[in-house]
Amino acid sequence: MALSTRALGTDPPGASTVPVVVDPTTTSARGTSLWRDAVRRLVRNRLAMAGGIVIVVLVLIAVFADVLAPLPYTKTNFGRLNESPSRQYPLGTDALGRDVFSRMIYGARVSMLVGLGAQLIVVAIGVPIGALSGYMGGRTDLFLTRFIDVMYAFPRLLFVILVMSMLGAGLMNIFIAIGLTGWVGIARQTRAQVLALKEKEFVDAARGLGAGFTRLLTRHILPNALTPIVVAVTFGIPEAIFTEAALSFIGVGINPPTPSWGQMVGEGQQFIRSYWHLCVFPAIAIAITMLSFTFFGDGVRDALDPKMK
Amino acid sequence: MFQYVAARLLWLVPTILAMALVTFLVMHATPGSPLDPIAEGANPLPPEAQKKLAEYYGLDKPLYQQFAIFVGKAVRGDFGFSFVYKTRTVAEILRETFPISLFLGSMALALAVAGGLTLGILAAVHQNRGWDYVSVSLATVGVAVPNFVLAVFLIILFSFVIPLFPTGGWDSPRDWVLPTITLAMAPMGIIARFTRASMLEVIRADFTLTARAKGLSEGPVIFKHALKNALIPVVTLLGPLFAAVGTGSFFVESIFRVPGMGRFFVLSMTGRDYPMIMAVVLSYGVFLAVMNLLVDLAYGALDPRIRY
Repeated sequence: MALSTRALGTDPPGASTVPVVVDPTTTSARGTSLWRDAVRRLVRNRLAMAGGIVIVVLVLIAVFADVLAPLPYTKTNFGRLNESPSRQYPLGTDALGRDVFSRMIYGARVSMLVGLGAQLIVVAIGVPIGALSGYMGGRTDLFLTRFIDVMYAFPRLLFVILVMSMLGAGLMNIFIAIGLTGWVGIARQTRAQVLALKEKEFVDAARGLGAGFTRLLTRHILPNALTPIVVAVTFGIPEAIFTEAALSFIGVGINPPTPSWGQMVGEGQQFIRSYWHLCVFPAIAIAITMLSFTFFGDGVRDALDPKMK
Repeated sequence: MFQYVAARLLWLVPTILAMALVTFLVMHATPGSPLDPIAEGANPLPPEAQKKLAEYYGLDKPLYQQFAIFVGKAVRGDFGFSFVYKTRTVAEILRETFPISLFLGSMALALAVAGGLTLGILAAVHQNRGWDYVSVSLATVGVAVPNFVLAVFLIILFSFVIPLFPTGGWDSPRDWVLPTITLAMAPMGIIARFTRASMLEVIRADFTLTARAKGLSEGPVIFKHALKNALIPVVTLLGPLFAAVGTGSFFVESIFRVPGMGRFFVLSMTGRDYPMIMAVVLSYGVFLAVMNLLVDLAYGALDPRIRY
């Protein structure tokens, strides 16, 4: 599963030879930029837009959780344990009499925070390492690629679990664990891009005009290497959300009483026979979130690289 | 060819050593040690007792020696006693639980390959028509939705709404159905997507056109000419698929109460059973590294266009 989202972005070698129907409006001689074209293609993709709208709603729910939730997520009511959905508790109550609906709303906060936040760390580590490795070449590159290869050989989720078992549960530690293990893919992508770009004429020209190392990398090479990085990030977000849910499901993710959908499914599934509502609603939330991000990610990939259909 | 195989085999050693080192260091950096008293907040053990214990566990030696001892023992499959099940060695537990996980994993993988290929071929042959949408949607759900979430839906559907299968356990073949399907969904989706893309490409290739031109009917064209060539890139998937099934088994086995290695691993996580965690992580890592190597070699053997 952790690997699956990565596989989504890769087509078999040579798959891009499939003829592409190019919309004449997007390739007209008028100076439309790559990004404007991409946005236009993305907007036209209905599935991706539906995913995007759900994501925006989820982010809003996460931001305004305090206003939206009818009850605090810690509010217990010991008179009404494990109750089925009712008017007062639209999604029922859990084993401590807490409102499942309110806890789900706060759960969005954890998911969005992990999904978006962890990618910042991943990019902050992965892009510089990949760029450095690709640009410097030689022994630095050899050392870094070997290191990346070893990291890659580890199953991602297993490594995250290992790190979490060292650090202990907690939101901050999830960031660290995902950051430590997630940068590898982006570093690989960036390295490959930089490696190809640094030989290009425009880089030579910039070098000839006296651009230094930092300027070359940040102003000339990286902006042109952005496409695969953006794609990797859009697929990295659901992967991070999945990772958090999976960790919380086994009980090494978010510390209670902070609610997380994965943790709610993990605790609820033990009582699925008697109290189905405990795990079904958070499970639906995870499914919708993951599908939305996948559709949106597919859309972004197709929009940025119309050849990769 | 020989050189390539030899080089890849040689690289396996440092890769596995690096994995062992990472596992070792992570576990070493983890707080808590046998020198601390078991009860929380108790007085520290007297220095003599600490020294004795350190000697017993080999913790008095320098770090590199401890690592060497760890590797030496690990090679022989000796990971010491489990912290949680104090009377049983980790090797014993693994020997008991691994075959169950292997069995479940093999069934899931077989289902994933069979189902994924079928869906992929159907989708490619009926591109942009009914079957294509069905198989692409099924593949997307399998890939995108975590298996523990799928498990919840399947239990609700096939244990409660239509009471066909039990919610868990591992006693009769009826218990195998739901865990196998759950575990197979993700790899099946990956295979279906890949097969579809690969088939679409091959169907448009010149040699397929030739096969049609010489008057072959649709069946032989698809199965004898197209499929054979389309399958080659799908083989590369097997490496990641082993990982998907392996890590997926943690969740599936926990939910369906399958007494396999994955469930034990999850239990050892909550129980902080470090020898157990190290053993599982390391054996998985080695297993996957070897599998990836085999897959790469098989790929070279299958596709004559690849030269080393």
